[in-house]
Formats: sequence, structure tokens, C-alpha cells
Amino acid sequence: MTERFLLSVEDLTVSFDGFKAVNDLSFYVEPNECRVIIGPNGAGKTTVLDLICGRTKASGGSVKFKGKELLTMREDQIVNVGVGRKFQTPSVYEDLTVFENLELSYPKGHSVFGALMFQRDDPVKARIQEIAETIFLDDQLDEKAAFLSHGQKQWLEIGMLLIQDPELLMLDEPVAGMSVAERKKTAELLNRIIQDRAVIVIEHDMGFVADIATRVTVLHQGQTLSEGSMDRVQSDPKVIEVYLGH
Amino acid sequence: MSLSSFMSRKELIGFAILAVIIFLVLPSILDSFRLNLFGKYLTYAFVAIGLALCWGAGGILSLGQGVFFGLGGYCMAMFLKLEASTPENTAIQSTPGIPDFMDWNQLTELPVWWQPFYSLPLALIAVVLVPVFFAFVIGFAMFTRRVGGVYFAIITQAFAAILTILIIGQQGYTGGVNGITDLRTLLGWDIRTDEAKTTLYFVNGALLFAVLLIAQYVRKSKLGRLLIAMRDQEDRVRFSGYNVANFKIFIFCLGAAFAGIGGAMFTLQVGFMSPTLVGIVPSIEMVIFCAVGGRLSIIGAVYGALVVNWAKTTFSEAFPELWLLGLGGLFIAVVMFFPNGLAGVWSEKIEPRLLALIGKSKTRDADTPAGAPAE
Repeated sequence: MTERFLLSVEDLTVSFDGFKAVNDLSFYVEPNECRVIIGPNGAGKTTVLDLICGRTKASGGSVKFKGKELLTMREDQIVNVGVGRKFQTPSVYEDLTVFENLELSYPKGHSVFGALMFQRDDPVKARIQEIAETIFLDDQLDEKAAFLSHGQKQWLEIGMLLIQDPELLMLDEPVAGMSVAERKKTAELLNRIIQDRAVIVIEHDMGFVADIATRVTVLHQGQTLSEGSMDRVQSDPKVIEVYLGH
Repeated sequence: MSLSSFMSRKELIGFAILAVIIFLVLPSILDSFRLNLFGKYLTYAFVAIGLALCWGAGGILSLGQGVFFGLGGYCMAMFLKLEASTPENTAIQSTPGIPDFMDWNQLTELPVWWQPFYSLPLALIAVVLVPVFFAFVIGFAMFTRRVGGVYFAIITQAFAAILTILIIGQQGYTGGVNGITDLRTLLGWDIRTDEAKTTLYFVNGALLFAVLLIAQYVRKSKLGRLLIAMRDQEDRVRFSGYNVANFKIFIFCLGAAFAGIGGAMFTLQVGFMSPTLVGIVPSIEMVIFCAVGGRLSIIGAVYGALVVNWAKTTFSEAFPELWLLGLGGLFIAVVMFFPNGLAGVWSEKIEPRLLALIGKSKTRDADTPAGAPAE
């Protein structure tokens, strides 16, 4: 049964000092699906992503990616089996250039020895150029990331994930804090990059959600309130009451 | 790695100037006593270079580098002491042939762990490997548990205290508070003569440049950029698929290896090793050398070690009581007004003016991050 799904989250629970931020949560993500997680503040959306990528340790349950249990792996091992994570606030290396930011995310030379011997050869340069064009930053390659705008930093971080070429990409509010123009460009970018991989997105912008979602999961108090297509979820009375109604 | 990516033109000039100062200027203007003093200062530069990588680039502040300096120095001193303690030289002891302090402490035979230090090759290997081993144990225990920042600094400080207490307490095995003294020859070559000291000064300088080149390679490799990335966004590095702990352990061990070499050269040039060079105060002084020099710059670290130690000798000759206060004041001043130290003053204030004077077009140096956030 797990074969069908790329990611199977089952009975996932985490409690912080007795407070269950995520409570017996189960959901399944198919290959190439774009799953959007919505829900009111404090519903546990970001915590779910933290649990999947190993940032927070679960108290119980299981998270299987391609049949492999993620909960017992270290963060870097989870990344190396193909799960990429973008944080809510842009996390880029401000003291390094855009090129160097992308280069560090290139999936080669990740051991100590590998990093010492890493060569900036043509395939690496070509790949970085390709990604930079995708994320609209090919003119800023030699600029320090500290000098980028907020939106550009978000794109850079998305680019850093793309260069890893993960099978599952997790994005936490990718358009938050962006200008209208940036938002439009980001939607275009995301639409392009979600094509050949599974994506889990946390987002509040309902127009944006309707645009990209294959399926939507509504979280409330750490549990699934509703799940299904955007239309179904939007007409679910429970969802309207706790989330969409106001 | 191509030559141009290994060292920019500016950095090459920086290396060249330092080489001229160390190999030409200092030996020609200083008498052999003062030259030996500068040789001693330069042994601290090994530690400061390691700190520039660990702390400046990687954000790992160690307040216990004296431990590694001392371990390297003791390994060297143990070899020299055994060579000096021939049965003929120690005929008046109740057990001839063992180091004098052992005899004073009623030891009647050489402890087993001293035996390997009869061999110079083994001693030289130990100079590097013993500090690296301890750094690995400390680093592995701390970094895999994600102990970092100020907690790590305090723990390294505790190690400095522990090692000092251990050395002082185990007088029969370590020479206690006096340290290991009365070192005479290296494979029969008297290291106490002026000629030997001058030779050792140049050996020290050559080793320093070897260490500088290794540090430069690391800094310019992808690992160097990863260190900066880890300092600024450790989580992002982790979620880009790197095992952050391994990189921290590596750089900490590398810094320890450098410090160990510095310690061994200290022993050779100064002629003794004692716990006063291992403890908390010298360890903090080493951080100050690095901070004054500019913790982002490996060349700056060398100047920092030279300048602060020269000031220490000069001022503590004139005002012995005030020196420590002066050193503290210097540290505060650097942190408050020159967070990038001498290297920052050079690259932000002096160099642009020099370039303007020469009439060259001002080029931004991508390698010295101006206004990098202070720790």
C-alpha cells in the first residue's frame, strides 16, 4: 500500500511539554502531486514540515519516504534521499555571492574530503547558470546575497533547493512578504518547478493555492480537519467555520 | 584548484610582504636575542591562524587553544628531555637515565607512555596527532550533540583548566608547575646557542608559511565557503545535505594541529614548556591575538600575534602591573571600534588610499567582507 505513495505520514505525533502540536496526523503524498497545507495560525503546519525534514524529533508515528523511515535519519541524510526544505524566512548565506550560495547546494562534495577537493568545473557552472536563469538571478550571480531584496532572497533559496533536484520539495509560505509583482513571478516560477516532482506547500494566499494545488489538507489543532480538492475543501462547513469563514 | 582561485593578486602581495618581513627585515634589524623573541611570538601565530579558520570563518570560538599548543609543546619537550637525560648527565640521581623531575619525585623508572618519545619521528608525529586526537574527542562529543557558541567556548575553557591542573598535579610524570626545563640538544645539536636559535627562527618561519598555505587552501576550497555558510545559517547548511558536525570537527582538529606545531616550535626556541602556557589566560590571549589581527584574515592573525606579543614584552618591561589591564583594554577597543582588526583597518582604510595614491582604479576585494557582522 505504501508503494503507491512517495510520502506516507502515519500517526505522526509531537508534543512540546504536553501540548500536542501535531496529534495522530496521517496523510499521503503521491509522486508529482502538489499538496497544499492550509490552516489557522498554530495549527501545526510548519511543525509538520519540521518533523518530515528532521528538524524536530517526533514523539511517535512514522514518516516513510519511498519506503524509507525518515524519523530515524539525520537532517542531512533526509536531504540526501531526496527531500528538500525551504524555510519561511529566507535562509541564504548573506556573506557569500549568489553563485557561491548555489554552488554549496550543488549535490556533490558533501563530505569533508569532498568539499576540500571540490572543483568548480564546467558542469557545475552550467547547472548554476541554468538555475540562476530559472530564478531570475542570472544577472546577480556575483553579488553578495546580503544585497538582494527580500523577494530575490526567497527565489535564491528556492534555487538552492532546485539545484539539489529533490523528489519531494517542501515550501513554507514561499510568497509571504512579497510585492505584487514578485508574487506573480514567484507563482510562475513555482508552477514551473512543481511539474516533475512532488511538492508540499504551506500557503495562506487562497488564489495562489487554487492555482497550484492538486490536493489540499486543512490542519486544525494538529489534526486533519479536511482533505481533498480545493473545491471540496472550500465547501466543507467545518473548514468554513474554523478557517475560511472570517 | 587553479592558481588564481587559490590566491588573488592582493593576497599574493600580502603573503610576499609578510615573507619579506619575516625572512629579511626582522633578521637584519634584530640581534639574536630579539630575533629569538620574535620567533617565540611567531609560534603563537600558528594558533592564531587556526583560530582565524575556526572562529573567524567557522564561528567556533575556542577558549582552549592553549591546550593544543601545550600538548604539541610537551610532546616536543618530552623528546628533548629524554635526550638531555642520558645516564652520564644524570649520574648524580638515584636513578640515572630518567628526567630529573621524575627522580626528585621518587620515580625509579620511565613511565611506559614516555617510551615512544625516545624516537624523534614518533615525537614529531605526536606533536601533531596528540592535539588532533584531543580536539577530535572534544569536537566529536560537542558538535554531534550540537553544543555550540558560548557553551562550547566555556567547555573548551574548562579543558584548559583541567589540563593545567592535571599537569601541575602529576609532578612526577609531567614536571609539575615548573614544566619540563633544561632542554639541551636535538639529536646532538645544541639548541641553546645563538646560531641554533637563528636557524630555528627560520625553520619556524618556513613552517609558518607552510601552515599559512594550508590555511589558504582550506579557506579557498568549498570547505572554506561552507564554514562561512555554517557560521551564518547553520540550519540551511544542514538542510542542504551536509553533516555540519563533521565539518566543525575537521576545522577544530586542523586548528589543533596548527597549535601543536606552534607549541613544538615554542619548546625548541624557548627551551622549556610549562603549564603556564596551557591554561586559561594564555588561551584567551591567543584569541586576542587573532581578534587584534582580524579574525577573518589568516595573514592578519600573524600580525596580531606579532604586534600584541611585541607590545606585551615592551610594556610589561616598563609597567609590569598595567600590562594585563592594557591587554584587556586593547581587546575591548578592537571589538568595539575595529571588529575586523588590523586586517580590517588595512583593507578598509589604508589600502584604498594607497591604491588611490598609486592611481590604480579601486577594485573591490571580494575576499574581505567589509562590515561583516561581529560575533
